[in-house]
Amino acid sequence: MNATIYVPDFLVAAVVRLEPALREKAVAVLEGEPPVVTVAAMNEAAAEAGIEPGMTKLQAAAYPVELRQRSPAQEAAAHAVLLDCAQAFSPRVEDTAADTIVLDIAGLERLFGPPAKLAQDLARRASELGLEANVAVAANPDAAIHAARGFASVTIIPPGKQAERLGSLPVDVLQVAPEILQTLDRWGVRNLRALAALPEVAIVERLGQEGLRLQKLARGAVERPLVPAEPPLEFEETMELEHAVELLEPLAFVLGRLLEQLCARLGARALATNELRLMLDLDAAQIEDSPRDRVIGRSGHRVIDSAVNSMTRSPDAPMTRFIRLPLPMLDSRLFLKLLQLELRAHPPAAPVMKVTLSAEPVQPRPGQGGLFLPATPAPDRLELTLARLAGIVGKQKIGAAEVLDTHRPDAFQMKRFAPSAPQGLKPRRESGDREIGSSEHLKTDHLMTRSPDPAMYSTMALRRFRPPLAATVEVRDGEPVRIAAGEIRGEVASVSGPWRNSGEWWKSTETTPRIDTDDHGSNWARDEWDIAVPGTQGIALYRIYRDLASSAWFVEGTYD
Amino acid sequence: MVPASWLGVRPQPETIPTGIPQVDKLTGGVPRGGLTEIFGPASSGRTSLLLALMAQATAQEEVCALVDASGAFDPHSAAAAGVDLQRVLWVRCEKVSRFKFHVSRTPRETSNVKREMFSRVEQALRAADLLLQAGGFGLVVMDLGDIPPAIARRVPLASWFRFRRAVENTATALVVVEQEVSAKSCASLVLKTQQSAVSNQQSAKTRIVPTHTRLLCGMQLEIEVLNSRISQRKPVRSATTSFESRASWFG
Repeated sequence: MNATIYVPDFLVAAVVRLEPALREKAVAVLEGEPPVVTVAAMNEAAAEAGIEPGMTKLQAAAYPVELRQRSPAQEAAAHAVLLDCAQAFSPRVEDTAADTIVLDIAGLERLFGPPAKLAQDLARRASELGLEANVAVAANPDAAIHAARGFASVTIIPPGKQAERLGSLPVDVLQVAPEILQTLDRWGVRNLRALAALPEVAIVERLGQEGLRLQKLARGAVERPLVPAEPPLEFEETMELEHAVELLEPLAFVLGRLLEQLCARLGARALATNELRLMLDLDAAQIEDSPRDRVIGRSGHRVIDSAVNSMTRSPDAPMTRFIRLPLPMLDSRLFLKLLQLELRAHPPAAPVMKVTLSAEPVQPRPGQGGLFLPATPAPDRLELTLARLAGIVGKQKIGAAEVLDTHRPDAFQMKRFAPSAPQGLKPRRESGDREIGSSEHLKTDHLMTRSPDPAMYSTMALRRFRPPLAATVEVRDGEPVRIAAGEIRGEVASVSGPWRNSGEWWKSTETTPRIDTDDHGSNWARDEWDIAVPGTQGIALYRIYRDLASSAWFVEGTYD
Repeated sequence: MVPASWLGVRPQPETIPTGIPQVDKLTGGVPRGGLTEIFGPASSGRTSLLLALMAQATAQEEVCALVDASGAFDPHSAAAAGVDLQRVLWVRCEKVSRFKFHVSRTPRETSNVKREMFSRVEQALRAADLLLQAGGFGLVVMDLGDIPPAIARRVPLASWFRFRRAVENTATALVVVEQEVSAKSCASLVLKTQQSAVSNQQSAKTRIVPTHTRLLCGMQLEIEVLNSRISQRKPVRSATTSFESRASWFG
């Protein structure tokens, strides 16, 4: 058994898929370059309104129809949607035409029920993906194709009844050459039943082997093997905008539609994504004309953005932004929020002409937490929170610190914050004669108490000044005796040191302390001291050091 | 039906232990679903206590967040204290500016510093709010330890109420480290830290005592519970204990 999915008025459907508001309206699709722009396709409502193929744009504009430009990218995406829809049901899928997909449904009854239910499910899935499709089930691929093209909605043709059911269809569903169609019309053969009833020898004599093939098709008697296609796992949605978008809010609507389609397609294949790529084609003329600070803002105000350096590219190259997720996810609203935050932080430098969104397909994560494990932030909410925090303090200022394997003071790097899921605390083996496997050897009271053994003391911490405070230090007999550094002033009550610390002598010398600790490009050499300075609120302990290259003194931090 | 005799006793809330027996005995740990203030001057042991608490929380596989208003957090100290840094989200509110050599500031520069401090506190408040709303964190820390009290006092009480409401009935413990009390009645537990002594070690092998043979060993710290609304309806006041904070190199 074979099923066929066919999308009538495919060119229109490809446009309407991304603009659901057009579903109930008369829509015509235009093609060609000005000044020769003509109607390429229209839906039924537009045809009833009087639109005909080949009309010029000016003529079509006189009718109450919505006119849209034909978009090959949207058609390719709509075709990919059809393939995704079919692949969700059967691995054997034939890519017959842009608007027609045939799938082998033999043996799928146990998974999806009888053919009628499967056909209904196929139609519903296609509708969920934004395409209103006809679905037909028949014993052979060609009969299913013709039934899908000829009958609306869902059609089930039982085996052996092809000729009977297809008989009422007009001859042009066979997509015959115009001259043969004209001949058949002259004979008075207007439907498949009449064609099937003609004597075979007479048809061959008059129309040749092509006539015989057409008659077999009309009888639904052509048996041919299916040619399975293996569509690549690419998930990309594109929308070309008729008018350039200058504000973030309308752009968010476009992104929302694309994301919904993308997530629906991924969901149809039981996949999720861990990376989104957004490409924005900008209005090149405005990029060249605009100064560097002309970028769009949320409310249309011109915003000066320090991140415009991401626009350092040729004017024709699209602006590309990536959203990388720690875990595979499939939530279009979350993705939309993340993209909005990203675009707010790095707005495009010119109005947007075209939006392309692609997703990296991956297997979804298994989500099952433990009952006795500590609660952790939900990955999607955590990702959103991190993006919002990045909007407040900057992307480089959030994350998990990682201590670097070096003696350089304050050497660390910020890593992406992605805490591992709690693994649960391993139950301890009780000493004694309890056997493994017996319930007694597991002590549940240990599950939540895997803490370090309590100590009678804590570890003294250093609070760093970033950057280190420049200080004036009075030295007597080689020891600091008085210090002045901003609010820190006074006699040094006790001192220990110096502790010499140096390294990476083969690198260049830089006298000024680095603020950005991720940049470890210079050597260092210094003498460190721990000093106690009495103050109004007691004795404060500081770590100070003298930079040997510049002989300047700094306060590195406070022991607390 | 609840007997009237039970009304005076609140149920014991869940707590996160600090890992220091003296402090845990005194306070019972840091309450979840409440706001804890740890305050004291520089070198009073606030950060040592905080790191001990974070070490305990991360050891229990909790996810922690540290909102660092002045960027004073030292990952090396935290690692030495046993904190699992992978489970700590560090939000640095410090402002990156080019380093300038100056010892004293002009009035204009002082004004800029104050503005920057305000900006940091505002960032810290917004970040903490986001983290509390996100949920799932076992411990959220707001470190205002280097923010001058005059600026920290300007945080409106409504913000602290908002934070208290956000953590109420959750498993999150909110801890604020500062120089003086700010949250006032919003805090479930208020701990005051104080340094009582500094311990140095000198080499016993030689009578000559050069400075490089002296070693800073640690501090003797005192913790005072100024206010606790954890278990009793009537707040507990003024209970004190002391413990030692040792330098990581001392062992």
